[in-house]
Amino acid sequence: MTRARLVLGVFLAFMLVAPSVLPEFQVTLLNYIGLYSIVAMGLVLLTGVGGLTSFGQAAFVGLGAYTTAYLTTAYGVSPWLTLFAGLALTFAMALFLGYISLRLSGHYLPLGTIAWGISLYFLFGNMEFLGGHTGISSLPPINLLGVVLDSGRKFHYLIWTLALLALLSIQNLLDSRSGRAIRALKGGGLMAESFGVNTARMKIIIFVYAALLASLSGWLYAHLLRFVNPTPFSINAGIEYLFMAVVGGAASVWGAVIGAGILTILKQWLQDLLPKLLGQSGNFEMIVFGVLLVLLLQRARDGVMPLVVRYFPGPNKNLTPTTQALPTRARPLAGETVLELKGARKAFGGLLAVSDLSFSMNSGEILGLIGPNGAGKSTVFNLVTGVLPATGGEVSFRGERIDALPSRAIVMRGVARTFQHAHLLPDMSVLENVAIGAHQRGAKGVISAAFHLDRAEEAKLLAEAARQLERVGLGASVHDQAGNLALGQQRIMEIARALCADPVLLLLDEPAAGLRFQEKRALAELLRKLKSEGMSILLVEHDMDFVMKLVDRLVVMDFGEKLAEGLPQEIQVNPLVLEAYLGGVK
Amino acid sequence: MPFIADTAPANAEWLLNLNIEIALFLIQDGLTNGAIYALLALALVLVFAVTRVIFIPQGEFVTYGALTLASLQLGKLPGTAWLLLGAGLAVAVVELTQALRLDAARRIPAIVLKYTVAPAGLMWLTWWAAPQKPALTFQILLTLALVVPLGPMTYRLAYQPLANASVLVLLIISVAVHFAMTGLGLVFFGAEGSRTPPFSDAQFKLGVLNISGQSLWVIGASLGLIVVLYVFFERTIYGKALRATAINRAGARLVGVSPAMAGKLSFTLAALIGALSGILVAPITTIYYDSGFLVGLKGFVGAIMGGLVSYPVAAAGALLVGMLEAYSSFWASAYKEVIVFTLIIPVLVWRSLTTYHIEEEEE
Repeated sequence: MTRARLVLGVFLAFMLVAPSVLPEFQVTLLNYIGLYSIVAMGLVLLTGVGGLTSFGQAAFVGLGAYTTAYLTTAYGVSPWLTLFAGLALTFAMALFLGYISLRLSGHYLPLGTIAWGISLYFLFGNMEFLGGHTGISSLPPINLLGVVLDSGRKFHYLIWTLALLALLSIQNLLDSRSGRAIRALKGGGLMAESFGVNTARMKIIIFVYAALLASLSGWLYAHLLRFVNPTPFSINAGIEYLFMAVVGGAASVWGAVIGAGILTILKQWLQDLLPKLLGQSGNFEMIVFGVLLVLLLQRARDGVMPLVVRYFPGPNKNLTPTTQALPTRARPLAGETVLELKGARKAFGGLLAVSDLSFSMNSGEILGLIGPNGAGKSTVFNLVTGVLPATGGEVSFRGERIDALPSRAIVMRGVARTFQHAHLLPDMSVLENVAIGAHQRGAKGVISAAFHLDRAEEAKLLAEAARQLERVGLGASVHDQAGNLALGQQRIMEIARALCADPVLLLLDEPAAGLRFQEKRALAELLRKLKSEGMSILLVEHDMDFVMKLVDRLVVMDFGEKLAEGLPQEIQVNPLVLEAYLGGVK
Repeated sequence: MPFIADTAPANAEWLLNLNIEIALFLIQDGLTNGAIYALLALALVLVFAVTRVIFIPQGEFVTYGALTLASLQLGKLPGTAWLLLGAGLAVAVVELTQALRLDAARRIPAIVLKYTVAPAGLMWLTWWAAPQKPALTFQILLTLALVVPLGPMTYRLAYQPLANASVLVLLIISVAVHFAMTGLGLVFFGAEGSRTPPFSDAQFKLGVLNISGQSLWVIGASLGLIVVLYVFFERTIYGKALRATAINRAGARLVGVSPAMAGKLSFTLAALIGALSGILVAPITTIYYDSGFLVGLKGFVGAIMGGLVSYPVAAAGALLVGMLEAYSSFWASAYKEVIVFTLIIPVLVWRSLTTYHIEEEEE
């Protein structure tokens, strides 16, 4: 038994006996911690993992609480039905808010949620039918299979069962195809998009997921107290939820439980202590919370969870043996034109980064794209992979225009790339990083992931990632953290990730940079092998020795234009090329 | 917290039958509040452009300005004097630690003078001057001297160690600072609200419209401050340094504009604008220790209309917020805040339909 399981067992046993042995006050405190944890878990997913944030979670809690309060008291609807009414209302609201603000830069969502949190708070307080500032009282208790949950002691089990289920669902989600996509959002989303992740959709999904958890917590809260008023759903409460998630940190979903626990107990203690100390009453704990959070973000930005996780090393990810492999796409015939650029052009304001560039390449060909720094090579990559829209001209892949397509549509057609500066998720294992490459070859979504209904597909995706790692020679590092790889290995890992996308055309941006001599030889070997299997490779590289020995043909660029095209030995003696590189040889 | 509600409905009774007069009165009200929101919106855009900080605590400077002036008018030593001394000591500790670590002992006298002796001196001056109830101009100057230095001190303590962090982390810091400053406001000013007497009791009649002297003060001072800011950014070397930092942080640094200087300077300006807004708003409405938050956020609604980058659109947006608030407090006073803050939704819809956005990389 691992240490983690032991602690989990003790925790569960404690939770099981707590209501029968602890005094009323402690049981109430535990109930609140459970309710807050559910909200904070959503924020760990949204903020800690996804890099987005919301200060309006308290308003979603309020939405869940007020929906059930109103429907159960005014119309006598069963609380089990109002739970779904609250969730449906929250879903619609979060979807709408997410849709309008997530298309904008990251800071519009938090600002939008502050405004929406304030409006909803004032709305609760001013609506006659919601009881105004006095609220709604005498909510019916929840009847769970004949047991009336009319005391905090009985309610404890419902709260913590749901909290643990929520926790499990997020853990499952993070450990899946969608989870890897969510974890890739934080770096800016460029890499995720180029492997087929619809990052905008993923952001909305996690925002809605977090909102639904908040709404669930609100439903529980309303029936625990059997009374609602606007105060607990104010913007300050929304901010405190975020503090809980930050204090706990994103290293594990358990951070939400720990953060909620620390803040709830600290608040209780400070609310006793500070008014005595200052001789007046008021929410003085705000000062301590504010200062504490500033210090925490300055000194330990990842919260307390990394300190805890260190003592509980998780097991390596199991590679379930699977006989089934992912389906692969039809390869082009030998000699078929794979990529064709016709007068491709990219202007940044007045600067022409790529100017009327035309070239084509065939299947099974290695084409080198070389040129001095600033010649526009990386821009060509961005045009071909759809990161940047072309200003003019055509880019075709296997006879189909792709210049108007987004990255994720292009990778689905069989174009995969590596990046000049390795784009990896340093905290994730090498295996999981590489599996992101196979994202568009899977189909299971968030809901199947949360309920672990995606295991067969997941096994295939991970097996594919392991196979590609083996293929590039990183088989021994499968379970290492990606951030611990040497720079050269990170570049090789990026190739494995690109291969996971089952590409027809591979775009490699300076793959040999930072590699040692032996590693370069191994890389050249690998690329030749891929070529012999029919792969087309477009290569940007500065190491001339490496390029000249490897490529079939070269395109030389300078100032965004094609300077020359031809076989390596022709390019080596081309006077224009020599002049561009060496500044003129007389 | 009522911001203008306590003027509009009170007048509503006798205005009910005078439609054009109501309209003009509400416009005056809207412009007066809108002018203050516009000032705050400008400060928010400035701070965001230079430091990438979404400056949620802007509103607390409004509160501190208003309540400091109110204390002085009662002849009391304002709590901000203690706060300034405390913040000064904290900055001194941070700066001294850094100076010792960098072996720069010669900086010690300046640090001690700037962050401990000066606040203590100011406190003594206030303690001596306040009971004598000096002239309003002197009270205002004293208020600014007590509140404005808190701006750069806040930057030094909370933001500077994280200057390179993502917008998201800086935003969470802002919310934490807002929390701490609101709580400190409660400690130093108490839960009671305060309202200062107007700068001028004059009433001007313009046709059917009564124009209050206070409205003219607010609008005039806001316009004056906007002109001063314009001259500062166009004509002075520090103003140009801030603009350069806003356009290109790395580039500005290469030509010798220190990011720490730019950060402190922009926070000084923001604190100045905040405190002045507080001084202007104090006679119009009762300000409590936590009133500033909503006032500041209304500035934000304006700033967001300008995408947090455009000064003119931000100012125009803030005026619109002021107008909307004045009219909604007349027609549906209970839903005033709901209407004002829900305005952000059409704004976001409009911005998301008109902006093509590529997520830039951070961290």
